[in-house]
Amino acid sequence: MTSLFDAAVTASDAGEGRIAIKLRVNGQEREVSIDPRMTLLDYLRDVLHLTGTKKGCDHGQCGACTIHINGRRMNSCLALAAAHAGDEITTIEGLGTPGRLHPMQAAFLENDAYQCGYCTSGQIMSAVALLSEPCGASDDDVREFMSGNICRCGAYPNIIRAIQQVRRDQQKDAAPQPAGA
Amino acid sequence: MQTFDLVRASDRPAAIAAGAESATAQQGASVRFLAGGTTLIDLMKLGVERPERVVDINRLGLDEIRKAENGDLFVGATARNSDLAHHPLVRADYAALSQAILAGASTQLRNAATTAGNLLQRTRCMYFRDLASACNKRKPGSGCPAIAGANRMLAILGTSNACIANNPSDMAVAMLAYDAVVHVQGVAGGRQIPLADFYVLPGQRPDIETMLAPGELITHVTLPPPKTGERSVYLKLRDRASYEFALVSTAVAVTLADGKIANARFALGGVGARPWRVRKAEDVLRGSAPDERAFRNAADTCLDGARPQSHNGFKIELAKRCIVHAFKQVTS
Ligand SMILES: Cc1cc2nc3c(=O)[nH]c(=O)nc-3n(C[C@H](O)[C@H](O)[C@H](O)COP(=O)(O)OP(=O)(O)OC[C@H]3O[C@@H](n4cnc5c(N)ncnc54)[C@H](O)[C@@H]3O)c2cc1C
Ligand code: SF4
Ligand code: FES
Ligand code: FES
Repeated sequence: MTSLFDAAVTASDAGEGRIAIKLRVNGQEREVSIDPRMTLLDYLRDVLHLTGTKKGCDHGQCGACTIHINGRRMNSCLALAAAHAGDEITTIEGLGTPGRLHPMQAAFLENDAYQCGYCTSGQIMSAVALLSEPCGASDDDVREFMSGNICRCGAYPNIIRAIQQVRRDQQKDAAPQPAGA
Repeated sequence: MQTFDLVRASDRPAAIAAGAESATAQQGASVRFLAGGTTLIDLMKLGVERPERVVDINRLGLDEIRKAENGDLFVGATARNSDLAHHPLVRADYAALSQAILAGASTQLRNAATTAGNLLQRTRCMYFRDLASACNKRKPGSGCPAIAGANRMLAILGTSNACIANNPSDMAVAMLAYDAVVHVQGVAGGRQIPLADFYVLPGQRPDIETMLAPGELITHVTLPPPKTGERSVYLKLRDRASYEFALVSTAVAVTLADGKIANARFALGGVGARPWRVRKAEDVLRGSAPDERAFRNAADTCLDGARPQSHNGFKIELAKRCIVHAFKQVTS
């Protein structure tokens, strides 16, 4: 059982010890040849120069590296890039642009939900995913669902405020409009 | 990280054949299956795991969660911890399992972590994770610095003079209380291992942790049908409210009849070399009134033989209170 990857490119084609695969990042497909040891986090930062995703602990303990894989949030430091061939990967850069912020990015700005900003992209990626998770309504519920993202600056109160604001706005948008409005 | 071949198994026999090339399925394995990767990649970065070949088993269709024809809950090996915890069947019939999973790790980790990977996660003993330290589990015969060192988090039950590490899984504790069975497939065929027999006590070989032989692939876990009228809960006590391993935890399931305990099953986490269940402690409860005295009795029996280390003696009383509190909660 040599190379069993979808791309069906053998290790020797890709260079000694490397694997050739296709990765989809922020809607763009790329053919890449990588060392099997490379994590998604290192691939995003060092190869694609998408440095919005941060490295805190490199061991699943802080959440700074949170990205979406097929719409679900995960820690990119504990994912091998080559094992995610064919998956849809979204980073903070794929969420919004400076001119067109995602509502969660806008809410973090508006609520001053950071100090140094190092944890912020991870916080936002988690917060956006949370919107479609079975999270209860209370601040405590949000705290529990956000516990995988550590903030050394302690911006937690404003992070919760930003998330709750976006959730309320969403509910308003989802509520039926009164007739004639 | 030591380099390795990464292969995606085309089917189960290919994965099993690849796995069987390793001399062991325990510490030091030269072939490892990759599921969620949240234990394996972590330990490969630390150099604690050094497989020469990593076999991706994520696309083998092992992720089903459903009710089996015989009424069992069928949980695929690569079903994600999040999907299992939020599954309607689990929430309705195995509440303590849902709660146990959600009390562990973080949403990001649970989205990646799988059933089999969770069962096979390794101890968080800091010496085990640090190549600069001796450790009988990582390097048999090198010694156990935890015995005279930092052992506050470690085990008080099932330990040996060679290793006092605890099993950190929350999910496994609930599964043990629910009488789970682990289904494995190997080169020589399949076998079913009750979770109660799946983990091996350390003795003089703490590097051997489970019954698994080289190549054996966990395909799924089954839980027997829920008992009529049974109520269950998972209680986890830890140093912070979330995203932290247990000091002590318990999964408790009780059936009452005519104001008496008709049946009780419970298991402990955080305190044992493996998830801990004592049948005698459950027998103590059968037929008695669901009151503090009975619960305390069961807790005493369950902790019988506990051996505290220099920094974790508090776990004995904490475990007993954890059991009593969980029973009160579920019977009130
Ligand atoms: C920061 C942090 C905090 C955590 N907190 C908690 C906590 O509070 N409570 C808790 O319970 N857990 C906790 N965990 C552990 C987490 O639950 C486990 O890492 C996870 O469940 C492992 O599953 P996985 O699929 O990622 O396993 P992997 O890392 O993919 O695999 C683990 C092991 O199992 C083997 N394996 C995987 N699948 C199979 C199979 N089908 N057959 C045979 N062998 C197989 C692999 O080869 C490997 O050796 C935490 C982890 C981290 C990093
Ligand atoms: S307790 Fe076990 S895992 Fe920890 S150092 Fe001792 S032998 Fe190693
Ligand atoms: S860098 Fe991935 S969780 Fe900390
Ligand atoms: S804003 Fe500084 S770590 Fe969160």
